[in-house]
Amino acid sequence: MTQDLAKSPVLILGGRSDIGLACARAFAAAGHPLQLAARNAATLEPAAQDLRLRGGGAVSLHEFDVLDIAGHAAFLDALPEPPGIVLCAVGAMGDQEASERDPQAAALVMRANFEGPALILGEIANRMEAAGRGVIVGISSVAGDRGRATNYVYGAGKAGFTAFLSGLRNRLARTGVQVVTVKPGFVATRMTEGMDTPAPLTAQPEEVARAILRAIRTGGTVVYVRPVWRLVMTAIRAIPEPLFKRMKL
Amino acid sequence: MNLSGWGRFPQVDSRVLRPRTPEAVADALAGGRAIPRGNGRAYGDAAVSHGVTLDLRGLDRMLAFDPATGQLVAEAGVLLSDIIDAFLPRGWFPLVTPGTRFVTLGGMIAADVHGKNHHRAGSMAESVDWVEVMVAPGQVRRAARDENPELFEMTCGGMGLTGPILRAAIRLQRVDSGWIRQDSIAAPDLDAALAAFEARMAATYSVAWIDCLASGRSLGRSIVMTGEHARLAELDNRRRLRPFAIPAKRRLSVPFDLPGLALNRWTVGAFNAAYWRQGRRGAGPRLVDWQSYFYPLDAIDGWNRIYGRRGFAQWQVALPLDRAAVGLRALLAEIAAAGQGSFLAVLKRFGPGRGGLSFPVEGYTLALDFPATPAALALMDRLDALALAQGGRFYLAKDARMTAATFARAEPRLPGFQRFRSAAGLDLRFASAQSERLNL
Ligand SMILES: Cc1cc2nc3c(=O)[nH]c(=O)nc-3n(C[C@H](O)[C@H](O)[C@H](O)COP(=O)(O)OP(=O)(O)OC[C@H]3O[C@@H](n4cnc5c(N)ncnc54)[C@H](O)[C@@H]3O)c2cc1C
Ligand SMILES: NC(=O)c1ccc[n+]([C@@H]2O[C@H](COP(=O)([O-])OP(=O)(O)OC[C@H]3O[C@@H](n4cnc5c(N)ncnc54)[C@H](OP(=O)(O)O)[C@@H]3O)[C@@H](O)[C@H]2O)c1
Repeated sequence: MTQDLAKSPVLILGGRSDIGLACARAFAAAGHPLQLAARNAATLEPAAQDLRLRGGGAVSLHEFDVLDIAGHAAFLDALPEPPGIVLCAVGAMGDQEASERDPQAAALVMRANFEGPALILGEIANRMEAAGRGVIVGISSVAGDRGRATNYVYGAGKAGFTAFLSGLRNRLARTGVQVVTVKPGFVATRMTEGMDTPAPLTAQPEEVARAILRAIRTGGTVVYVRPVWRLVMTAIRAIPEPLFKRMKL
Repeated sequence: MNLSGWGRFPQVDSRVLRPRTPEAVADALAGGRAIPRGNGRAYGDAAVSHGVTLDLRGLDRMLAFDPATGQLVAEAGVLLSDIIDAFLPRGWFPLVTPGTRFVTLGGMIAADVHGKNHHRAGSMAESVDWVEVMVAPGQVRRAARDENPELFEMTCGGMGLTGPILRAAIRLQRVDSGWIRQDSIAAPDLDAALAAFEARMAATYSVAWIDCLASGRSLGRSIVMTGEHARLAELDNRRRLRPFAIPAKRRLSVPFDLPGLALNRWTVGAFNAAYWRQGRRGAGPRLVDWQSYFYPLDAIDGWNRIYGRRGFAQWQVALPLDRAAVGLRALLAEIAAAGQGSFLAVLKRFGPGRGGLSFPVEGYTLALDFPATPAALALMDRLDALALAQGGRFYLAKDARMTAATFARAEPRLPGFQRFRSAAGLDLRFASAQSERLNL
């Protein structure tokens, strides 16, 4: 860890997410107290109990809706302790076809991936800046690296989130606050259940968690969980637009 | 999708469902005959089904721990490695562990696994206080020694054929440290190896690596290893300060299938001879960390790929005590003559066995692996016959290729198991490729 946050509380936004829970387990094993924030937080009690048994430390549950922007500050004020590390795993894939037809559906995907996560992390960043320390980890996606016909509404939300995190990192570079952008590639979670993702490109949630803890430890900035994704996305970004627009990806 | 066990042989086309809640398990069971699956470490086709395979790793929460008794209650998909990671730093270790920690609680109970301490601690069932089994969609029964005792008996070692275990309570043992005091001796032949085991019945752990390619006067030469959990007082100052910290291991991996040629009688023979020499030279006491002691193979990701594309098969037998020497001699002579040895040949003394289809029987067990080649498969058929002649029993968690006739001859307990299944209608609901092959 580049800062002395070894036993500092970790706040997980999107505490029910498979990736979020895998990270929670890794943080618990490393001895961190945990704050899980989610909608219907009370239903996470069995997960909280599991984390207590695994790590032996404190785990608290907090009601949180990322779209309730007016409530963000009050939500943070109500935490038992200001967290030293914040991980945002909130996200929603939505249904691309629905997003094309229905502006409400598209707006929800954009807000759940960009507006909500960016604004809560922005508020947290201000508080960490004042404290002079902290780590912010945002889970974005390779889908934001280039828009594709099959999921560009989700991708656009993630692109916005990636740009926001990049700017935040730039702004806070001299303050002692670390900002990490995670682009996991395919991960075997609830979100991708039933999709036939190629095995060599598909990570397990535990792998994502290991990569995130490593990035925090080593002062990392942009993390592709499986290194092959960096290549894949470099290649995809390099395809000239006249060609790209005709491809099926 | 194509699914197999750890030996990657045979491959079965199966519909895999991954329920995360008991309700989802019930829904999945409503869809036809199914078999539960844990982490897929059984070698053969015990955890794959021609119908539905229920991947239960999503049920992976620890539910309660009582430090007064060491009782852990957890969902069945929890990995043993997670249990150790969570509890060893607090001074607890599983009572029974197989040779890999990447197994689930449910898989350990369903196979009634045994460890190096079987001669003293018995099999997995001995450390289980109760299980909860979904015997029909939505119907969960708790089973223990004093509650549905027959279901308990049949579930421990029942290879998932009594229904998915959803949760279980197991007991952990107190340990002072993460270190094992290992002692080893080189036994120049089979008689010496068996005598070494008999002389070491008081040891907590005992196991032998056996050179299955040695023949003649060296037939059965072995390195017999015992182990004790190291007490604090037995550690040096540095280790006593952090008794559960062990040196970080480099994880190696086998990223692709090795060509089938990599393992043949010459490479294995050379390996075995070298291992024997090194074991003989290095005999004597030393301190070993828990990972190296219990789980040497876990350090190599995907080691099952060293056998190449076509996969491999394990063969494990248990021979009753009074016929063990004769039986082992016959088996080893056959293996050495065929030149089909493996380097993972293990010999172990078992204590008394249990009911149901639980594998161990008081006596000796021999485990070997072979590439799934026609020659090796034919050898295994010959080994079956030799073992049957000495009252041998076969381990379902390792089997991929036995015939129903062989298993029936080896298992006078099978009719009782079949009756239990059909009386409760379990045979209509639960089946694996293995249970169909062996008519379990
Ligand atoms: C390297 C290695 C070393 C090993 N060493 C030993 C050893 O020393 N001693 C030993 O006894 N075994 C040993 N084994 C075998 C292994 O311990 C067993 O096969 C064990 O059952 C594997 O657990 P799993 O979770 O991977 O189960 P799987 O392989 O997925 O399933 C095994 C059986 O358990 C059933 N099952 C799984 N989960 C459930 C559940 N929740 N409810 C009901 N049934 C279920 C399946 O239907 C199947 O019949 C070893 C295996 C390997 C790969
Ligand atoms: N799986 C992949 O292949 C993949 C790849 C790249 C990036 N990601 C990203 O990784 C993150 C975690 O996803 P996952 O794979 O773990 O899938 P997941 O289990 O579906 O997690 C998404 C989480 O976001 C939460 N969420 C959605 N809208 C919310 C809102 N308005 N307020 C609060 N929480 C909300 C959901 O909470 P509820 O449980 O309450 O619905 C859910 O827990 C997401 O940002 C996702 O975009 C995933």
